[in-house]
Amino acid sequence: MRFGGYEVGDFFDEMFDERGNARRVAMPLVKNIEALPAGELLSRQQAAERTLLQMGITFNVYGEQAGVEKIFPFDLVPRMVPAAEWNVIEKGLKQRIHALNLFIDDIYHQQRCIKDGVVPKDILYSAKSYREQCVGWNPPRGIWCHITGTDLVRHSDGQVYVLEDNLRCPSGVSYVLENRQVMKSLFPKVFSASKIRPVSNYPLKLRDMLEFLAPDAVSTPRVVLLTPGTYNSAYFEHSFLAQQMGVELVEGRDLVVEDGVVLMRTTQGFERVDVIYRRIDDDFLDPKCFRPDSMLGVPGLMEAYKAGNVALANAPGTGVADDKVVYAYVPRIIKYFLGEDIILPNVPTYICAEEKDLQYVVERIGELVVKAANESGGYGMLVGPHSTQAQQAEFAEKVKANPRNYIAQPTLALSRVPTIVGDHFEGRHVDLRPYILYGKEIFVLPGGLTRVALKKGSLVVNSSQGGGSKDTWVQADSSTAEREEANGHAAQAVMAGGVR
Amino acid sequence: MLSRVAESIYWTSRYIERAENVARFIDVNLQLMLDSPDRHDQQWSPLVNTTGDHEDFEKRYGEATQENAIRFLTFDTENPNSILSCLCAARENARSVREIISSEMWLQLNKFFLMVKSAAQNPGELDSLAGFFSEVKLASHLFTGITDATMNHGEAWHFSRLGRKLERADKTSRMLDVKYYILLRSVDDVGTPYDDIQWAALLRSASAFEMYRKRHGRIAPRAVVEFLLLERAFPRAVHYCLLTARDSLHAISGTPLGTFRHPPEKLLGQLCSELSFGSVDDIVDRGLHEYLDELQNKLNQIGGGIFDTFFAMKTPEASKRGPRILAQSMSQSGT
Repeated sequence: MRFGGYEVGDFFDEMFDERGNARRVAMPLVKNIEALPAGELLSRQQAAERTLLQMGITFNVYGEQAGVEKIFPFDLVPRMVPAAEWNVIEKGLKQRIHALNLFIDDIYHQQRCIKDGVVPKDILYSAKSYREQCVGWNPPRGIWCHITGTDLVRHSDGQVYVLEDNLRCPSGVSYVLENRQVMKSLFPKVFSASKIRPVSNYPLKLRDMLEFLAPDAVSTPRVVLLTPGTYNSAYFEHSFLAQQMGVELVEGRDLVVEDGVVLMRTTQGFERVDVIYRRIDDDFLDPKCFRPDSMLGVPGLMEAYKAGNVALANAPGTGVADDKVVYAYVPRIIKYFLGEDIILPNVPTYICAEEKDLQYVVERIGELVVKAANESGGYGMLVGPHSTQAQQAEFAEKVKANPRNYIAQPTLALSRVPTIVGDHFEGRHVDLRPYILYGKEIFVLPGGLTRVALKKGSLVVNSSQGGGSKDTWVQADSSTAEREEANGHAAQAVMAGGVR
Repeated sequence: MLSRVAESIYWTSRYIERAENVARFIDVNLQLMLDSPDRHDQQWSPLVNTTGDHEDFEKRYGEATQENAIRFLTFDTENPNSILSCLCAARENARSVREIISSEMWLQLNKFFLMVKSAAQNPGELDSLAGFFSEVKLASHLFTGITDATMNHGEAWHFSRLGRKLERADKTSRMLDVKYYILLRSVDDVGTPYDDIQWAALLRSASAFEMYRKRHGRIAPRAVVEFLLLERAFPRAVHYCLLTARDSLHAISGTPLGTFRHPPEKLLGQLCSELSFGSVDDIVDRGLHEYLDELQNKLNQIGGGIFDTFFAMKTPEASKRGPRILAQSMSQSGT
């Protein structure tokens, strides 16, 4: 298959420049693909899909019959990121997470940023994910947002913007690891030629970070991953990460709190748990503290947490910083807490709670993307240019009825990456979700989940709405390449040595 | 390991073994009916009786016929012990412990499930079902073999073997019961060539015919009972199953053989001794059916004791008071 007839169109293409020449970072790959015998790429694509199917890399879809598992579609052509560009992204993400963590801590303590007028008070208290119960809490090591998945997009101006912060239970990292595994087996030569930074040590980094949170008195901490259970849409990922980290995968009913200590029920009696990587929302964590009707959580968990006997990642209450309205204030939050200008800009955002913005949004709804503040997964949003008049009118009413719940942004022309469609390539829109771990230091996984809208012209990349994924290749510059090769070998050795 | 995980592994293998044995049940009955010279002498209610689910059956189906008995035991999703239900339950259990079992095990279980599901969608003629039942048996053997060959023989594996062997012991005893019920209806046949044929069919259904021949030669009812109950070396004999179940139970708890620390170890130890030192004449003279009934009761108690000792979601307070025997339960509780 060749790129001969490939159209870049009016968009920024991650692989080819506007004249249709391969970008520097993509040259080895383009050369390799074009040199393949006819039909070879398609048969590799099929091999990849087969592998994913057999590995059972699946997710559950809400709203369909319970327990329906689907394969997350995967496209072979990777998204490539040049080293220099990645360095900016990495710096920008570290800055953002650092500031957001200070912001959350401030919100649940002195609230200086409110008193100083950086963030309006009412916006904070109406945020669905603000947790009054967390006021005055001090999470272990002062860290709230341990694991973040920040959604980035590139507009046709070539600039990379932050689209969304996901600070609660961001998912998708298992696909990053599995996709890479598949790609390495299919394109070994291109890998060595392109100097791609490895992602395989993520589970180890994650475990290190989690162990760092354990109470001081514990020398060999017991870490567990708390899942809502097999019917959760991300259950595969929970089970995969637990296996890769070598920790127990537990459900709420496996845990019990006694005398302020969390214990898990084993066949040999009760054993103490020190750190919980929880993939359950705040609301369901502890019926005694949050929603009393929760069957998924552990009664008394928050007492144990407040007493400092167990660490939770992410900390309860963290979600306040991924409210879509709070998002609009992040540039000011960074300036206020760090005294720095934002490195990775926000997408310009209209806050419907503000009179002037609301009026603009209602008038121009056909040009904008309007999002509900507390929805995710592509639900509760309107893409203006791709909607009918009736849909727009209906949405405008919703916004007017509850302005606090909505923000709007200009419709971005998301960048594209060539994607296999039938027997040729077509450009499809993508976003990028890198994963950031905040432990002893802030670590940004060099890569991330590139989600691709497989439907022609579609801008919605969510897996629940016809999205697929691609591998993300971050190019190493000369210094990182050597360092990571050494680290990679060390990580392999540790994994081979067996992790509990 | 986590109690919930242990329980899921135990029930995964129990349900698979159960599915295999339901296939064997139906097979033995089909064989017996085919060999029956009198076509009116079709007996399907004894089969439903022996599975223990006859109340549910009578409520929904009434009189047992070949057609509805087979449907009830094979594809009826409302019957929790039908082959299809067992596979669904086994798969759901396995899905919750995918990070513990080997991926080969998951793959085989998944294939097994899909095979039964597609058969349920196109059940076809009864004649073709014989092929389906042998596929079920084969798939179950494959799963067991893969479990043995790809999983650490540690605690999780012992729970899996414990579940499988208790289930098999229970079902082999019920298979003998099928013959008992049919004998009742044709008491005149005892000792006739027709009786021999029935006993042989029973042995075949337990995959025991050839091994029995090597051991005893001629078909004799007492020898058949002895072989299926007391044989130490035949892997579907009750005695063999319980000895290996006991080994696994002790491997899990670390209690030396010959001693006990909790009720299931005590009960299983006593039962093994009974089988080791019992004789077939004692059993038959006391009444085979009564003996089997009591045996199944004891197996249920052992199952209940295992639940209470290892799986029950007790509070730390209650566990200090020590375990107690729960009501007998043949199926998975909770979930």
